Parts: sequence; structure tokens; C-alpha cells
Amino acid sequence: MEALLYQVFSGLANGIIYGSVALALVMIYQATHHINFAQGEMATFSTFIAWWLMQEGWGYWAAFFITVGISFVGGLLVQRIVLRPIEKAPVLTNVIVFIGLLLIFNALAGMLFDHTIKSFASPFPKDSFLATKYFSAHQIGSAGVLLVVLFALFAFFRYTSVGLAMRAAAQNPDSAKLVGIRVSWMLGLGWGLAAAIGAVAGMMVAPIVFLDPNMMAGILLYGFAGALLGGIDNPLGAVFGGLLVGVLENLLGAYVIGTELKLTVALVLIVGTLTLRPDGLFGKKVVTRV
Amino acid sequence: MAKLFEAKKLCAFYGATQVLFDVDFSIEQGKITTILGANGAGKTTTLRALCQIVKTTGSMTLNAGNGDVQIVGKATDAVVRMGVAHVPDGRGTFTALSVEDNLRLGAYVRSDRDAVAKDMEHCFKLFPRLRERRTQQAGTLSGGEQQMLAISRALMLKPKLLLLDEPSFGLAPLIVAEIFRIMRQINEEDGVSMLLVEQNASLALNLAHHAYLLETGNVALSGPAEQIKNDESVRRAYLGY
Repeated sequence: MEALLYQVFSGLANGIIYGSVALALVMIYQATHHINFAQGEMATFSTFIAWWLMQEGWGYWAAFFITVGISFVGGLLVQRIVLRPIEKAPVLTNVIVFIGLLLIFNALAGMLFDHTIKSFASPFPKDSFLATKYFSAHQIGSAGVLLVVLFALFAFFRYTSVGLAMRAAAQNPDSAKLVGIRVSWMLGLGWGLAAAIGAVAGMMVAPIVFLDPNMMAGILLYGFAGALLGGIDNPLGAVFGGLLVGVLENLLGAYVIGTELKLTVALVLIVGTLTLRPDGLFGKKVVTRV
Repeated sequence: MAKLFEAKKLCAFYGATQVLFDVDFSIEQGKITTILGANGAGKTTTLRALCQIVKTTGSMTLNAGNGDVQIVGKATDAVVRMGVAHVPDGRGTFTALSVEDNLRLGAYVRSDRDAVAKDMEHCFKLFPRLRERRTQQAGTLSGGEQQMLAISRALMLKPKLLLLDEPSFGLAPLIVAEIFRIMRQINEEDGVSMLLVEQNASLALNLAHHAYLLETGNVALSGPAEQIKNDESVRRAYLGY
């Protein structure tokens, strides 16, 4: 029983990270109806920026917030410069560009910060009051950070006019233009927010898995599974999906299929969700009446 | 009467296909102008050209009190900022958002918050049914209610010019009568100028002050609505008696 609980809780801890990545994916999907395959590499690159800032002598939280800021601007610029010209292009064109971005960010990270594995500091020290029997301080801390991000996003979309405009632009771009919304900038904003969330996810995962240019490769897959499972258009569902994937992965890995096949769980979940329940557990079907 | 809007030699294109050919028309301040015509004559395209959703050439100017401002070449959101509100065909409501959020979006480009709240109240007075459904998802409204919402959303801009694309489409006659009655009220009491596109010619001619008849992208006839109504050829082709 003790061992089972331990597996569940450490699964939840992983799930928190998957949830943040899923959240970033959902952000871009809501705005553009595309899945950004470069999300993971962009997050890794952001984490490298944070690492570099700390090497230069900045404190953790200063580096954290500067990185989030830089990532936001970076995400916005990527959309403005790389994706805006292909806004009207077919999906496949976008997918190819995403893969291109993935390779570029991966290579850039290796070139600028080299490929050696680096340790990354956690802002939540091991012996802090946050540590409990089943969770390390870092796990509790990153859960808290994710909750803050979720709450901030919810408030942004629910209560600000820019948030409302972003939802409108995502849902019906033609009508959004007719009420004076600059739809293309809303897409840019979506990219900026997603990059910022990705950066947070990267900085939370780096202390656990160590920092290298391929850090997020597997995690993106879990994040994707989480996002699909929860419903690709539902931020809260995505976080829940991420947690579920984390627990499932851990339990199946420990008791059923062994650690080597863990990644398969993500792939099976993706295929399973898409065939059995394409809207995910919490994805909403838009009601229309003609 | 002062001209609010004037189009000269207006051409519009979908890709390489030209739909409007050197169309000239104008809209008087405070009046309702209607564009009639058969399917494919270019009525909807004229409205889309006005909002710069389709490729256009020629000239379109809006005089909202401080001289003529050219519309051709502007982005759609910039035309909206000039005070042009468009109720598109198919209504264009945000179906997954609440009625209130739809109205709030209508006022997206405005910064005068207090006045916005007052205008929302005004919309609810015009269409009491929207007040009952204010927290409901727009997609769950009936067709008539959605049309009321689309018009209200456009009014929330406090428009200088309101464009209406077939507001009667697909609605029961009673609802249509109610909507047209309120449109007249909006025009007479609030002084909103309108450009109305309609398939239902008699309905449109009863409401409008001035009318244009489009035939395959050209203006075939224009004049005061009364006069068009009594025109022999219009009567036979569009009014059916």
C-alpha cells in the first residue's frame, strides 16, 4: 500500500509538469487550431536562458521572471516573423514549419549552451517546510506555481477585455475582425502566452530531469497526451489530463509494463483518445442551432 | 442632406473574378438606404467591400463629421474603428460565448466604459428577450434571437453607419416584422444611418428612404424608395404583382 501510494504521488508530481506543457499546447491550439510541435524545444531554450542568467549571478526569482518575460516576447516574435506569412496556408505547411522551429531551437540551444547535461537549481530547497512524506519540496512548490499560472490565465480570459477578444478571435476570426479586433495580433499574443507558460514548465522540470537540449522531448509527448485526454480546447481539462497521464504512466510502469515501455503509455493514450473520444474527457462540443 | 458615405467606381473581386463593376452609390446621413437585387447581383459583396473584407478598387469615403476619409486600402478593424458596424449574413455571433460577452465584444474598440454599460441597457430595452438570455450561450438562442443579438452587437459600437445583410433571412414572418419595426425605431430615435441588403424587396422598400437596384454587379436603377416601389419593371421582377 505504501509503495502504491508512493507511485501515485510521484506520478502526480510528474503530472504537474505534463499539465503545464499541456496547458501551453492548449493555449496555442485555442488561438490557432494548430499543435505546436516546437513547444518543448522552445521551453528548453527558455530554461537555458534562465540557467545562463543564474550563471551570470542573478537570483532565482529574478532569473525566473526575466525568462518568462523574454519567452513571452520571443513567442510573440516567432508568430509575427515566422508564422504570420503562412497564416492562410494549409495545415501541413504549418506542421512543417513547427518541425523546422523544433530543429532550430534544439540546435540553437546546443550551439549556444553546448550539449553537456547541467544541473538546474530549484527555488524550493529540500529541507524547506514544504517537504512532506510523499512529496518533495520541489514537487509541492511546482504544483503551487502551476496553480498560480492556471488561476492567472483563468482570470485573464474571464475578466479582461483582451482575454475576451482572444477567445472571440480564436472562435470566429471573421466576426472578430468585424468588431474591430486585430486577429493577427491575438494569435501573436497566444504564442507569447504559450511560450511563457512553456518557460515556466521548463524551469520546473529542469531540477528533476537535468537540463540539456533534449530535455523536453519525451515530456512534450506526455503533455500532448494529457492535453488530448483532457480535451484540447479546455485549459483546466489539459491540466487534469496531464495529472492523469502522470499517474497512469507511473502505475503502469511500476506494476504492469515496466519502466522501459513507459513512453508507450503516452502514445497509446494519444491513439486511444483520438479514436474513442476525440473531444477528450472535458472537451466541449459547441452547441449550435440553425 | 449631407452625404455620410459615397462610393465611386467601386469594383470588387474574389480572386480573379470581378463581382462589382464601377458601382456608384451614396448613403445620406440619418437615412436608411437599401440595395436590392437577385442572387449573385453583388449585394453581399458590396457590404463586404465596404468593410474591406474583399479586394476592392475605386473610392469609398465616409464623412463622420470631420471630412471625407478614404476606406479603400484600410484593414477591416480600422474601418470598424471609423464607426462602421456590420451585421453579416449568417449573423456572425460568437456562438460559444454568452449573450453579454457578445455585446461586450461589440464595444471592443470603445474606451468609454460607463457609456458602454448604458448602451447595453439600451439594447436590452430594444430587445427584452436578450435580457432574459444574457448569460446564455449565444449558440443556443433561436434564429430570431440570434439576429437580435447580431444587431445589438453592432449597435454596441455606437456606429456611424450600420450595415445589415439580409436580417430577414430564415426567420418567421412575425419575427421579421418585429425586427424591422425595431430597425425603424433605431433609425428614427437614435438617428443611426443604415445600409440594408435584402432579398425581400417589399419589406426593404417599406423601410428604406432610398434604394439601389443591382444587376450582375452594376447599378441598374436608383432613386427614392417610394419611386422604386412604383417602378413597373421592379414591381414585376422583384415585388411580384
